[in-house]
Amino acid sequence: MRALEIVSPGSLALVQDLGRPGYAHLGVPPSGALDVDALRLGNRLVGNPEDAAGIETVLGGLAIRAAASCTAAVTGPPVAVSVDGREMGSHTPIPLQPGQKLTIGRPATGLRNYLTVSGGIAVPPVLGSRSTDVLSGLGPSPLEAGTTVPLGPVSGVPSGADVVTASPAPPELTVPVVLGPRDDWFADAASALNAQWTVTAESNRVGVRLDGPPLRRVSTVSNSELPSEGVLTGAIQVPPNGLPLVFLADHPTTGGYPVVAVVRRASLGALAQARPGTLVRFHASF
Amino acid sequence: MRWRRYGEHAALLDCTSLEEMSAARATLTQAALDGVEEIVPGARTLLVVASGGALEAARSLLASADLSHPPAADVREVVLDVRYSGEDLALVAEDAGLSVDEVVTLHTSAVYTVAFTGFAPGFGYLAGLPVELQQPRLSSPRTRVPAGSVAIADEYTGVYPRESPGGWRLIGHTEATLFDPSAEQPALFTPGLRVRFRSV
Repeated sequence: MRALEIVSPGSLALVQDLGRPGYAHLGVPPSGALDVDALRLGNRLVGNPEDAAGIETVLGGLAIRAAASCTAAVTGPPVAVSVDGREMGSHTPIPLQPGQKLTIGRPATGLRNYLTVSGGIAVPPVLGSRSTDVLSGLGPSPLEAGTTVPLGPVSGVPSGADVVTASPAPPELTVPVVLGPRDDWFADAASALNAQWTVTAESNRVGVRLDGPPLRRVSTVSNSELPSEGVLTGAIQVPPNGLPLVFLADHPTTGGYPVVAVVRRASLGALAQARPGTLVRFHASF
Repeated sequence: MRWRRYGEHAALLDCTSLEEMSAARATLTQAALDGVEEIVPGARTLLVVASGGALEAARSLLASADLSHPPAADVREVVLDVRYSGEDLALVAEDAGLSVDEVVTLHTSAVYTVAFTGFAPGFGYLAGLPVELQQPRLSSPRTRVPAGSVAIADEYTGVYPRESPGGWRLIGHTEATLFDPSAEQPALFTPGLRVRFRSV
């Protein structure tokens, strides 16, 4: 059987593909890889369709043993990748023989690396996706040492043609956002969002939590409650304490706090790579 | 009705009432426009996610629709058998100034509509709770509410699809399966569905 054995999951290793969009009206979060571009790139490098499932790690530490010949790649922030102790590098296709062990080091910047393998991780899909949704519990459990995950049939040729430059995650981010739908709940929303925010350690796949100068509500809604409304990935929700939370892929499908702005999709991957302590400013446009 | 921008690929329709939102949802759902990726109802809003020109198509469709006569596409109704023995049933009766039997009679005599979902896969916010039973959620949420718990909070009633924390007042229990991701219809409660409860 084509498979991988998980030798060590590191601090957190989850199966992720492009998620299960289209079920929000049933209360099902989209889930899926947080750094979508990194997963897509990894799949291209090993000859998979871009939507194949890989393994998303947090701060590296994942070690796997190949149970069959396969091609692997590690994407995300630059990170050391070794096979049986020999350094191979990230962002490049790596051939693995049965029994060989691949280990991902700890990235110097960023949070999430992606291990993709030819054939893709082939655990059974749930609602069309193999992603683990940490909020709703859908999809496979977090990977544990000693478990074996199946690989799918190889469908394409590993691509060496991608010119890949791995970019480190920056210590400061400027994140473009579109104001609304509830920017009118806040005093001078655009400039308030442009303050210096710090990513906190409470951040996870549900959302990036930020600390900084609290957003102030305008007096007309200072004691109002918002009836629950739909939320999307990238929505910046502001609870009564004024500290924003940017929803990531495992967000609840509806919420009762106002969304002041929405992060532009192209910047979500960078935000998902932001370690606690990263400085963030939101730049609003209309 | 007012549209609000929601990022690059979505818009939020602010409605004046739950009825107007439900009519807009039914109209848009039945139209099945190409490029509309999600239609997410809220208590007073409809969130529409779309690609290409589909957002503009949805706007013009709703601008010209007669929302006082929405399509009656999903008048499906389900009846759930409930054992009314919830941990908060006595509290609900006391706060309402009613007997437990009167609470059960009121809860089973209403016809509910799944207004919107959220909180967990398969959890529906059911509108239509009699005014006499509208009570706030518990001041201190439970860390563990059993699957199948029938509960009320504010203007809604609902059923916990699986064990989870929760702050709604528990009045009963049903054996019905609310969410099964392997089923062809994974959620029993879909927006627009009518629901009644029967005491067993």
